[in-house]
Order: sequence, then C-alpha cells, then structure tokens
Amino acid sequence: MCTEMGNKMVIACEKVIEATELVKRFDKFEAVSGLTLSVCRGECFGLLGPNGAGKTSFVRMVQGFSPVSAGRLEVFGMDVTRHSREVKAKLGVVPQEDNLDPDLSVFDNLLVYAGYFRIDKHTARQRAEEILEFMELREKSGEVVEHLSGGLKRRLTIGRALINQPELLLLDEPTTGLDPYARHQVWGRLRKLKESGTTLLLTTHYLEEASQLCDRLVILHRGQILEQGTPVDLIESHVGAEALELGVKPEDSQALIECAGELLKAEHRLEESLILFSDQGRRLEERIAAEAQRLGIALSYRRLRPANLEDVFLKLTGETLKEGVEEHTWEGDSHG
Amino acid sequence: MAKTSRLFKGLFTWPELSPVLIWKVFYRNLLVFRKTWKAQLMFNFLEPLLYLWAMGFGLGAYVTQIQGLSYLSFLAPGLIASSAMFSTTYEETYGSYTRMSFQKTFHAMAATPVSMDDVVMGEILYGTFKGVLYGTVFLLVVGLFGIVQSPLFFLILIPLALMSVVFSIMSLIWTSVAPNYDSFGYFFTIFISPMFLFSGIFFPIDNLPQGIRFLPWLTPLYHAVQVIRPMVLGGLKLASMGHLLWLAIFIVLTIRLPLVMVKNRLVQ
Repeated sequence: MCTEMGNKMVIACEKVIEATELVKRFDKFEAVSGLTLSVCRGECFGLLGPNGAGKTSFVRMVQGFSPVSAGRLEVFGMDVTRHSREVKAKLGVVPQEDNLDPDLSVFDNLLVYAGYFRIDKHTARQRAEEILEFMELREKSGEVVEHLSGGLKRRLTIGRALINQPELLLLDEPTTGLDPYARHQVWGRLRKLKESGTTLLLTTHYLEEASQLCDRLVILHRGQILEQGTPVDLIESHVGAEALELGVKPEDSQALIECAGELLKAEHRLEESLILFSDQGRRLEERIAAEAQRLGIALSYRRLRPANLEDVFLKLTGETLKEGVEEHTWEGDSHG
Repeated sequence: MAKTSRLFKGLFTWPELSPVLIWKVFYRNLLVFRKTWKAQLMFNFLEPLLYLWAMGFGLGAYVTQIQGLSYLSFLAPGLIASSAMFSTTYEETYGSYTRMSFQKTFHAMAATPVSMDDVVMGEILYGTFKGVLYGTVFLLVVGLFGIVQSPLFFLILIPLALMSVVFSIMSLIWTSVAPNYDSFGYFFTIFISPMFLFSGIFFPIDNLPQGIRFLPWLTPLYHAVQVIRPMVLGGLKLASMGHLLWLAIFIVLTIRLPLVMVKNRLVQ
C-alpha cells in the first residue's frame, strides 16, 4: 500500500499506471472524459462503476489495444502506443468474456499462450504445471476447454494470464456470471496473487468484490471520477457505519428524518424505502421506532445493516450500479 | 465517408510484424487443425473428387478431345487449383470469422506481445498452408488416375502457394467487413462460384463470347489454372511465367489491405 488516503502517512508510490487527462472518444460518444489517476506497484486498484462508465475502455487503453484519443497514458513508465510489445510482455489480461481456444485442451491452451510471449518450451511446461496447481485445475489438464463449466473456464482464463508472470494483472469484471462459490474461489486466488506482489487493476460492478479485494478504488461515472479512496474511507465519509432501511410512505419520511437529528449522516429515498445512514445505528433505530410510534407512522419493515459501497454509489449518483447507461458496444459482436 | 476512411486507416504505414510471432499464430491454427483434420480433409476433398467423377467420366464420355487432350486430362489440373481455392477460401472466411468474432481468438492474441498485424499475417500463412495442402493431396489423386505426365509436376507448389495467398487476402478482406456468417454466401456466389465456372477449368475460355473473354484474365484462378495445367501435363513454356507474375503482383499490391482492415474493425 502506498498512500493512506486522507492520512499524513505517504509512502513512495512506484507508478505502474499513470493516466493524465486521459480521453477515449468513439464516433459520437466519449467513454472516458479526462481521467487522471495512478496505480502503484503492489496494490489492488479498483475501477467501480455501472455499465458504460468507461471501465473497459480504460483497461483496453492500458493494454495498448485501443488507441488513446487525448491525454497521456504511461504503463511501466512507457507510452503504451509506442512501446506496445514491451508493455504487453509484462501484462496479464483477463478479459470480460473468456476467449480461450475451445478446441484445445486446458494444458495446450497454456502452452500455446506461452508461445505468444516467446517463452521456451521447457519453461512453458513448468509454468503451466504451476498454474494448474495454483488454479486447482490439475485434474482437468487434458480436458478440452469446450467441455468445461463457466467457473473452470474463468479460472483457466485467469491462469492463462499468469503464464508470463506479469507485473500487472488487468482484470475486467473477473467474476461476472459466476456463482457465489466460484466467485469466492477466484477472490481467494487474486488475494494470493496480491500477497505475492502482483499489481492488480480490477474493474467490477460488484461492490462486495471491490471491498473484498481493493486497497484503493475510484468510482467512475460517465467516464469521470466521481469519488476515490479506500473502501472503508468512502463508506465512512459518505454514509457512516450503518444503514437503517425503513419501509415508509414518502409523505411520512420527512418527520422521521427530522427526528433523527445529529445521529443522521445522510439519507436516501429508494422506491418504497427510506435509508438513513449513521455511525450510531442502534441509537438511531431506537429513536426512530419511538418517534414512529408516537406519530402513528406505519413502518412496513425495519432493518439495520452495515453500510456498503452500493450505498455510497447510490448517494453520489442517485442511480444504482445495475441500471447504468447501456454499455457502448464496440461492434456488433464484441462487448466493450 | 468517414466510415470508409476509417476502414482503410493506416494503409500506407509500415506493418508491425514479427516473423517468430507470425509463426506462433500459424502454429496455433495448425494445432487446432491437427485435432480436427480427419473430418475437415474428407469434407473439402470430396467436392472436387465428385466433379472429377461426374465431369471427367460422365461428361467426358461425350467429349472426344479438347485442345488435343482427353476431357479428364483437361479437367483434372484445373480441379487441383479449385480444390486449393475452396479450402483457402473456406478457412479464411468461415474459419477466420469464427476466430475473430465468435471465439475472440484475435483479441486473446492481441493481449500478448503479438500484434494485430502478426495475427492477420498468421492467418494468411495458415490459409496458404491449407490451399497448398489440399492442392497437393488432389495432385496425388490425379496421379492415381495416371494423368500426371510431366516430371516438373512438383513445380505446382509455386502457383498453389501464390494463388492461396491471393485467396487468403481476398477472403480476409471480405471477412473484415462481414456483418455475420450469412454474408459469406454472397462472397461465394458473387466471386468464388463464377471463378470456378469461368476460369478455364471446365472449358477453354476461347469459347466465351468475344466481349467478355477478358474477364477470366482478371481472376487469380484463371492464371493459376493456366500455369498448373502444363506443369502437370507437360509443355510448360517460359510464357507461362507471366501468370505467376500476375499472381505475385496481385499479392504485392493488396497484402496490406487485410492487415489494416481487420485491425480497424477490431481496434477502435
């Protein structure tokens, strides 16, 4: 960890990615609008945002796949467009959709991929064995990829990205579409990679994923940074420790908000619920319950829970992460 | 207009090529081919064989001589060329479209030190390999019929390779703008089938009406057939080299096109 956001403690940050006023423009659509951020060696950096926020566009520029429209982007201190082969040699890329070789076996997938990095046969075999072990795919080694389940394919895609022992691993929504068990398995592997010193850049729209893995994150919204910090800081500064969800009619909300007084950090109205944020949830809950009873306000339900990043996002944008702007498509058959 | 110019963006720039990585791309396709070659070889091979039987023996019984040859002898060398054409074209349309769009193999490769130019060049190399392979296998079959007369028959590898590069280029250009699989039907109907019928495989092009006799000259298949026939049957002349030159010039003039067009389709 390089920088404790908002603290005095600042340790030197070796910048692996440095974006300055970065812009990505398509025909009529600006996917990334003046993004300035840097990722330090050894950290897990999260890009959080709904579909269409510009996450994938950013990742594609980092891997030198998509040209930069304006601004500057340096990866490992090099201009990606001019040193694309050198940059890519040190990168591992886990795309949003699996693009494994379906006709080849698990082991051959790893060997073929090693070839693209000009890794000699002997080393490639050795690393492939290690990766199978690490990703728990040993028994599947000889199986043709076409016949693997979604979770196994994902593990192989991540494993394949490790074949060149990358310094920086780009993960574009690595667990989208996985069941909870497979998701936790992937998180476990990613945590181990981080411990061993690999820098991770992770895009996700799962808030839980971001809080589980990321040291720092930015919340992207329409190509711009909406907010940044550590997951804990973001929750504390915007919504407090706890959220009290109340099932209450809109016309009764105001009275309850007023009685919360100094205990209230923020509030948000979401369809049939009123969400009140506080650092002292238990006291707030008691006070609200008493007040509701006094005024004869009916609460259809009441739930006190820890606040999460979803709440932060909701409060900042008034939108939920799931119903973002439709993702800009790159072309008919490829998803951006 | 803006769309067209984007399609050809970078046409006059130098491609980013690495021979080793082009080979790796080729090798990947070869590895997949090795898993599936039995089914593939049979399938692509059957069609020209059927033509040889149907036309050579069926129709050939009514044709006494054509340019001093039996109809079977006239026909067989042309089918070597068309066999190569079909296998290259199928591979670099349906095959490469699958790798580009459906399997996203191109994307996977481009995330490594392999450049998009390497990917497309590897595809051209693979298409060429398949054309040469199928042409050669058909040559062996023709040999079994006792049609190969010239000791110089092995030279057909040169026109086979050149024409397969040409068909790889043409197919990849179409693939780079193809919106879906169905569009390849048009490619075959508009370009490949007419070439098959009117490039001097089934009859000499002198039989075509005066006004359109120049048309076959514009097609790569015609030039390949014209040079492969004497290489198989004998009577190769220095003038035949003109046909090889035609194919070589076509390659030099067009090879940059599929590289930029595929790249511009995928990279935005």
